[in-house]
Amino acid sequence: MITISHYLVLAAVLFSISVAGIFINRKNVILLLMCIELMLLAVNFNFIAFSRMLDDTLGQIFVFFILTVAAAEAAIGLAILVVLFRARQSVNVEELNSLKG
Amino acid sequence: MIATLLFYAFAAVLTVAALGVVTSKNPVHAAFFLVLAFFQSALLWLLIDAEFLAIVLVLVYVGAVMVLFLFVVMMLDINVEQLRQGYTRYLPLGVVVAGVVILEIVHVIWYRSQGLPILSVPTSHGPDYSNTKELGAVLYTEHVFAFEIAAVLLLLAIVAAITLTMRKRPGLKVQNIAEQVAVRSADRIRVVKVDAVTDAKD
Repeated sequence: MITISHYLVLAAVLFSISVAGIFINRKNVILLLMCIELMLLAVNFNFIAFSRMLDDTLGQIFVFFILTVAAAEAAIGLAILVVLFRARQSVNVEELNSLKG
Repeated sequence: MIATLLFYAFAAVLTVAALGVVTSKNPVHAAFFLVLAFFQSALLWLLIDAEFLAIVLVLVYVGAVMVLFLFVVMMLDINVEQLRQGYTRYLPLGVVVAGVVILEIVHVIWYRSQGLPILSVPTSHGPDYSNTKELGAVLYTEHVFAFEIAAVLLLLAIVAAITLTMRKRPGLKVQNIAEQVAVRSADRIRVVKVDAVTDAKD
């Protein structure tokens, strides 16, 4: 039978894949944004599984707000990306060094 | 039994889709793999009675966010080859980090949780259970302020995205309504006195 821990392990695997994605796609801003979306999805899995385990809808309410914030984040992130591409003609992270940080 | 099979099938496709997002060369392919991952997640959420969030995930993510991603990816002319440099250099590091994270979390979840309720099978609700109704009952009463703040946040995101990407192109012909309304006849008509020509030829 499928227990809550199956869902937790699946979320862990998903989260780790997206962490690895951030490591190996570290030059491409678009793929970094996609990996962040995948991470948020993995976290939502945990919230829903625990909400189901405790029989408490608060976890699902929290997922609802995470989805809202993630949608806003994606919209603003992509807007920044478009402005960035207009200014630099590239989405390479390594070229974003004008602040010398 | 059939729920177990469905879980493993959806989880396998979800993992493959996530790997596809991470490893595909073309950002458009990565976006489509991400759409597949969202669909599989929605199906998995349906399996544990989170119907409302499953539908919201498909509507909001697949319908809006991923379409936005695809628009941006297709609009920008990205040099993929240049961005792929150093890919194999960081691949082992990423795999090692991901492997360590997976091992640690699986160790905690699977082997250190004897007697904890996360090993329990969640009891299924009856056929009359409405997840949407239950969420709505608390969302608009207990969490109404958080809900309104979320609405303001979305408005903020709209304003921010539009102001960031709006630009004034030179030579673009636009109306200036205030100037048009404030205009007076003296600004538009100039009366010129011209002397009549008298020394015409015979």
